[in-house]
Amino acid sequence: MLPLLEVKNVTYTYSAGTPFEHKALQDVSFCLNRGEFVGVIGHTGSGKSTLMQHLNGLLKPNSGDILLDGKSIWADKTSARKARFRVGLVFQYPEYQLFEETVYKDIAFGPKNMGLKDDEIDLRVKKAAEIVGVSDFLEKSPFDLSGGQKRRVAIAGVLAMEPEVLILDEPTAGLDPEGREEILKNIETYRASQNATIVMVSHSMSDIARLTQRILVLDDGRVVYDDTPAKVFDHAEQLLKMGLDIPEVTKVFLKLRQLGLDVPPVYSIDQAVETLNKIRGGDRHA
Amino acid sequence: MDALILEETQVKMAISVENLKFIYPGVDDTPGITVFESLDLKVAEGSFVAIVGSNGCGKSTLAKHFNAIMLPTGGKVYVHGMDSSVEENMIPIRRSTGMVFQNPDNQIVANVVEEDVAFGPENLGVASPAIRKRVDEALKQVGMYAYREHAPHLLSGGQKQRIAIAGIIAMEPKCIVLDEPTAMLDPQGRREVLQTISALNKDKGITVVLITHHMEEAALADRVVVLSKGKVALDGTPREVFSQVDLMHGMGLASPDTVELCHALNQKGFDLSLDSLNTEQCAQAIYDALTC
Repeated sequence: MLPLLEVKNVTYTYSAGTPFEHKALQDVSFCLNRGEFVGVIGHTGSGKSTLMQHLNGLLKPNSGDILLDGKSIWADKTSARKARFRVGLVFQYPEYQLFEETVYKDIAFGPKNMGLKDDEIDLRVKKAAEIVGVSDFLEKSPFDLSGGQKRRVAIAGVLAMEPEVLILDEPTAGLDPEGREEILKNIETYRASQNATIVMVSHSMSDIARLTQRILVLDDGRVVYDDTPAKVFDHAEQLLKMGLDIPEVTKVFLKLRQLGLDVPPVYSIDQAVETLNKIRGGDRHA
Repeated sequence: MDALILEETQVKMAISVENLKFIYPGVDDTPGITVFESLDLKVAEGSFVAIVGSNGCGKSTLAKHFNAIMLPTGGKVYVHGMDSSVEENMIPIRRSTGMVFQNPDNQIVANVVEEDVAFGPENLGVASPAIRKRVDEALKQVGMYAYREHAPHLLSGGQKQRIAIAGIIAMEPKCIVLDEPTAMLDPQGRREVLQTISALNKDKGITVVLITHHMEEAALADRVVVLSKGKVALDGTPREVFSQVDLMHGMGLASPDTVELCHALNQKGFDLSLDSLNTEQCAQAIYDALTC
């Protein structure tokens, strides 16, 4: 099966030829399939944001290529622009980019730029607002909303373009636990309803572990692991050396093994509860 | 009761919030937004207090009252005994209490690390040789001395945030207020900043007020204050506060993952205490429950 998006031997250097030359990406290759939820982790400066900006043609690789449905997004002058409608990018702190008078207008900005008809735009705005739960505020000014609500409006603006690949750079940074939970739920709803591919950059190992089916680990501009959460978090020591971490529950289970309990590795609270409950002999209160 | 009163008079307060009322003024006749109706909070000198609460509960508004960036609409805020509403106190308050914000990029002003750290003491009118000494000591304190001649914009987020903290330490404050200092940092950067904060409190006796959404970070403090809807909803040691898992959930918050795990297991019929704040304690508690 042809992957939806393919990153092929991409290399990118900032300020090439100056004393500040910095190789941000070195020979990076991987594929994204339809409907996948992929997590991206790496320390500050590992190349995550540079990589994300390559996926929808905001940056052009120095060498290598980005293929969408097998065709280079740099094939001709218009293909990168077209790719941006299919690959949506939500930046860090996207609420700083809200600018319209009403929530409705702000969400409608993207679909309008795509040249869609008014009734189609209306449909998409309402659908996107529904997914992120801001339907009640459509006529409000985005600046009257709380931080978490603003963030969700900003995400809805990208969802309304109905991208096949949705990229989010730290979508939950600065939000409280409930706000985090809600945004993550919205993202998963979008993925399930559109069979969309999600690429989420996050510093929260527990969010990544719990939601994704596959994790890319970046270190110094290279992909060092591309595997399931189970396999990736097996490399606890290497991850710590790279300035990363493993989920707290995974640490608890490593300690349980050290204490002599024969438990498999786990990556989320749900998994942990299920595993321990089995060991204990099922629901006593159920 | 007598003992309690005695204790209160003996401990010096870094910050004392008394009956604080604060309203963000409305625009063009619209009513303002009331953040605090009547808030009381005391932070003892030398303590390490974490303030947590959902978005919009007033954490940052409160923090800005701690060094007179914001002034009360009603009630009083005393910083090291100085009334923040008295104009002459503003400068002494800001010398005594430094602020560190979320985004390190917004706090760095110079092109060289040591110049950035020197900015604060220079503004205080400290003599040159003394500035040199303060800058070197502050950079050593945050573990960034080796980078003193580097350009801040080429450092990592955690390093930049430590430079911002060094800039505050060089002003030799008695208290540091940090408003989500790790929100933009990777796990390593977070570890670096948290170690630095803990060391400032333990080794130098600086009062630390840490505002955070990360409960694992709040668990490092001596005391956790939970704000909800402009009021203090919970106040106690990390153990006392985080064991109230249901109350925390009700406020849109969570306890650290280790406590959450024990809580979830208890719903399945386990009988674990909800005070495991680190992975060792948590693993031991589970092990004991399964093997006894």
